[in-house]
Amino acid sequence: MTPDELKTTAEKQREAVGKYPHRVHVCMAAGCISSGSDKVKDALTDELKKAGKDKCCLVKGVGCMGLCSAGPLVEVADSVAGNSVMYKNVTAEDVPALVASLEGKPVPHLLLPKDIPFFTAQHKIVLENFGLIDPDTIADYIMMGGYEALNKALTDMGPAEVLHEVTASGLRGRGGAGYPTGLKWSTVAKAGGGQKYVICNADEGDPGAFMDRSVLESDPHRVLEGMAIAGFAVGANAGYIYVRAEYPLAVKRLKNAIRQAERSGLLGQNIFGTPFNFKIDIRLGAGAFVCGEETALIASIEGLRGQPRPRPPYPAVSGLWGCPTLINNVETLANIPPIIRKGGKWFASIGTEKSKGTKVFALAGQVNNTGLIEVPMGIKLRDIIFDIGGGIPEGRKFKAVQTGGPSGGCIPEQHLDMPVDYESLASVGSIMGSGGMIVMDESSDMVDVAKYFMEFCMTESCGKCVPCRAGTAQMHDLLARIMEGDATMRDLALLEKLCDLVKNTSLCGLGMTAPNPVLSTLQYFREEYTSRLLDGGGNGRHPKTAAAAEVR
Amino acid sequence: METAVVENPATSKDTRWKLLTATMRRHGNRPHALIESLHTAQEAFGYIDDVAMKYVAESLRVPLSKVYGVATFYHYFTLKPQGKHTCVVCTGTACYIKGAGQLLQAMEEKYGVSAGETTEDGELSVLTARCFGCCGLAPAAVIDGAVAGKLTVAETLERLDKVIGK
Amino acid sequence: MTVNVLTLTIDDQQVSAREGQTIMQVATENGIFIPRLCHIEGLDPVGACRLCLCEVKGTPKLLPACTTKVSEGMEVSTSTERLGEYRKMILELLFAERNHVCAVCVSNGHCDLQSMAQKVGMDHVTVPYRYPKLQVDATHERFIADHNRCILCTRCVRVCDQIEGAHTWDVMGRGEGSRVITDLNQPWGDSETCTKCGKCVHVCPTGALTEKGRSVAEMAKQRRFLPYLTKMREEW
Repeated sequence: MTPDELKTTAEKQREAVGKYPHRVHVCMAAGCISSGSDKVKDALTDELKKAGKDKCCLVKGVGCMGLCSAGPLVEVADSVAGNSVMYKNVTAEDVPALVASLEGKPVPHLLLPKDIPFFTAQHKIVLENFGLIDPDTIADYIMMGGYEALNKALTDMGPAEVLHEVTASGLRGRGGAGYPTGLKWSTVAKAGGGQKYVICNADEGDPGAFMDRSVLESDPHRVLEGMAIAGFAVGANAGYIYVRAEYPLAVKRLKNAIRQAERSGLLGQNIFGTPFNFKIDIRLGAGAFVCGEETALIASIEGLRGQPRPRPPYPAVSGLWGCPTLINNVETLANIPPIIRKGGKWFASIGTEKSKGTKVFALAGQVNNTGLIEVPMGIKLRDIIFDIGGGIPEGRKFKAVQTGGPSGGCIPEQHLDMPVDYESLASVGSIMGSGGMIVMDESSDMVDVAKYFMEFCMTESCGKCVPCRAGTAQMHDLLARIMEGDATMRDLALLEKLCDLVKNTSLCGLGMTAPNPVLSTLQYFREEYTSRLLDGGGNGRHPKTAAAAEVR
Repeated sequence: METAVVENPATSKDTRWKLLTATMRRHGNRPHALIESLHTAQEAFGYIDDVAMKYVAESLRVPLSKVYGVATFYHYFTLKPQGKHTCVVCTGTACYIKGAGQLLQAMEEKYGVSAGETTEDGELSVLTARCFGCCGLAPAAVIDGAVAGKLTVAETLERLDKVIGK
Repeated sequence: MTVNVLTLTIDDQQVSAREGQTIMQVATENGIFIPRLCHIEGLDPVGACRLCLCEVKGTPKLLPACTTKVSEGMEVSTSTERLGEYRKMILELLFAERNHVCAVCVSNGHCDLQSMAQKVGMDHVTVPYRYPKLQVDATHERFIADHNRCILCTRCVRVCDQIEGAHTWDVMGRGEGSRVITDLNQPWGDSETCTKCGKCVHVCPTGALTEKGRSVAEMAKQRRFLPYLTKMREEW
C-alpha cells in the first residue's frame, strides 16, 4: 500500500458507511457476547431484511462500548439527523421494536442516557475507536485515521524524530511500573546493531483487569501499528505479541488483523514503499502470571519454563535469544499512533506533571457501573468511583479500592481525593498497576482480601528463588491462621518480618511486590488483623469468641 | 475414555497427530516451538500424555525432562484427560469478591468434585482460571467454551444440569 | 586480546578485577566469603537462593554476588547486619520448607545447608515447619533421590545439562510444588537418558541425592571434578 492508497481506502470506506441513513452498532466484545450480543446482531440483520430496511440501515459488530454491566449494548445512529441513541440490556426479543423505531421515537425502556458521567467524564485516546469500528475490518480502522501515524513515521520522519516525539510525550509504561517509554526506546535504539525485537506484552495476568483484552478485541490494528512504529524507531524488523491463551477472541481478532495488514502491505516487506520491513508473530501464553515479568516472558517465548533471571543485563541489551529487545505493554503501544499523529506536545498537555496522558481502568467489584473506562491522569479516585462508577450498590458504604492487583494495595476512604498518578498511588502504598480497579464495600473482609492475593502469589510463584517460593507459602498460612483466629501477636510480627524479607530479597517483581496487599491492609485496617488474634485485645471480631457469644 | 493411540505418531494416519506434526514443521522443528506444540497437542487430544511429550521431545530435539518441566509449569496444560463437559470458574479478584467461592462450593456439594477434578463418570470437570477478563460480569464461568456471567448458585447448577443432561 | 582491569571496594577492601568477573569471583579471589547455596563454581550461576545478596552503594536493590558483574569504582558490602538477618531468615525458610532432619541424614556433617546455617548463625527456626509428604526414589541401581532433603538449588539440573550433556534432570511444577525430576517424571531407575555418572550426586548440597549403601553422616561429596572439567574445556 502506498500513502495515496491509504487515503483512497479511507475515503472509500467513509463513503461505503456514509451511504446508509441509519447505522446500528452492536458491541461484540467478550463481555457483551457472553450476554448474548451475537444473537442480537443476527436478529437485527434478519429483522431489517424482513422489514426491507437492509439497504438503509447498516448493522456493524463493534468493539467494547465500556459499560459491560449493562450489556449487550447497542448504539443506533441517524446519519441524516447526526445523532445517536444508546440501548442497554438488549435481547433478541427487543429487536423488532428497535427496527420499528428507526424512523420514529427511540424505545424508552431500553434507553441508556449518554449524558451520564460514565460517558461524559471519560477522555478517550486509547479507546477512541471503541464502539465505532468493526475490529475485523482493516478499512474501518483506516477510515478513522489508522496507519496514518505509521505512514508519517516512515515517510515524513526518521527513527530519531519518532524517538523524540515519544520522549516529548512523557508517556510512561502502562504495564504498571511506569518506566518512561521514550527512555526505554532510546536504550534499545542505541544497543548494538544486528537483530532486534519488539515484544508486545499482552499477558494480562492481574486478576481483575481486562484493559488489554479489550484493546486487542476492539481495536487490534492500533497495537500492530504501535509495534511497527516502535520497530522502526528502535531498528527492529520483527515483533512478537505474547497473549494469554485464555483470551481466544483476542487471539482470533489479532490473527485476522495481522493477516489483513500483511495483505495490505502494512506489515511485511517495504512498508509504504520504504526499505522498512516488519513482521509480527503471535505467541500464546499458557497460564502463568509470572510471564508478565520481562525476562520470564522472554523465556516463555523461547519455549522454556517462564522463570525470570536476574537483571541486569536488561532485555534492552540482551533479551530474546540474546538480542536487544523492546518490551511494551498493550496499552503503551496503543498510545503510540495518536502520539505520532498529533505530536508528543499534544499528549503531554493531558494529565499531570509527571504522569502524562490518560489511563484505561477496568472498573469492577462492588460498584454500580462496571466496565472499561479511560480517564485523564490526575483525576480523583472519588470521581472515578462515585461519578463514573455511579457509587456503591444498594446504599452500602465504601471501604477501599484495590489497584494494581496482587502487586498493589487497598486504598481507604481518606485518600479518595488524591489524584490518580504513578507517584501518588505509590505514596499511599499501592501502585498504578496495569489498570485493574476493584471497589470493595463494607461487606469485604480486608484480611480475607490479603489472603486471597497471597494465595494468588503463592500459586503463581515460579519457585525459582527461595524467598518468594517459601516465603509466600508461609505468609499465606499465617494469614489463614489469623482468619481462623488461631494466631497470636508473635505470628503477626513474623508476618511483617516475612513481608520485609520477601519484598527485599526476591528475584523478580512478583516476589518483590507480593507483600504489598498485606502491607497496605495492615497500614489502613490493622484492627481487622489484631482483633482476630488470640492475644490481640479483640473487640468481638475474634472468630472463636464471636462464635461463643452467638451460642450464648 | 479416548486415549492417544500407541503407535508411531510420525507415521500415524490420525489427523490429530498430523496437526501436531504440522505445527512443529511450521516452526522448523526448532526447540523454541515447544510451548506452541504443546498447545496444539492439547487442542487436538484434550490433554497431553507421555506419548505426545515423547514425540514432541524427539521432533524438536528437547530433553524429555525439559518437556515435562514446561508442560507442568504452565497451568493451562493438563496431563490428564478432562471430563466430557467442563466448567471453568473464574477466580479473579472481582469474581472472588462477588462469590466465585460459593459457586465452587455448591458444585462440590452437588457433584462431589472440587476444582481440578473430574466426576467419576467422566461427565464433568470443574476447573478454575485466573480471570477471563469479564470482570464486569462477575462472577463468571465458562461452561463448555461459552462464557456465562453474573451467575448465581442456582443458575449455575441449573445450567450444568442441562449441559450434562440430568 | 586485551582485558580491561578495574578496581572496586568489597567490604572496605580495595581489590582489582578483570572486566566480566562477578562479585562472587572477585570476593573469593580476595579471601572474602559470601554465603551461597545454589551457586557452585563451574556451573552457570542462576541467582536463585538469594543468600549471596550484597549491598551495592548507589543501588537501592540488593544484588546477587553470583550473577552481578563488577564495575569500576563499585562499593560492595557483603556482610552488613541487615544482610545477616535476611540470610538467617532465608535459611529458616529452607529448613522449614521440607523435612531436613540432620540427625538421621547420610550427609550430616557434609551438608552445605547445615554448614551455611552454622556460618550465618542460624541456630533455630522461627517459621512453622511445613512437613510436606514427599517421596524417596530408590529405584536407581547406584543412587537415591530423597525429595525431603532437596532445596531446589538446581545444581543437579545444571551439572547434568552443562557438564554431562545428558539433561536427565529438570524441574517440574512451580512454586512450592516444584520438584526435580528425571525424564518424564519417571523413577530414576527407569530413566533412559541417565548415564549413571553420578555428577548430580556430588554437586548436590544436601542429602537429597546420595549414593546407595551409605549410613548416617557417611556421604561426603567429591567435587574436584567440576573445576577440573571446566578448566579442561576452557578455550585458550
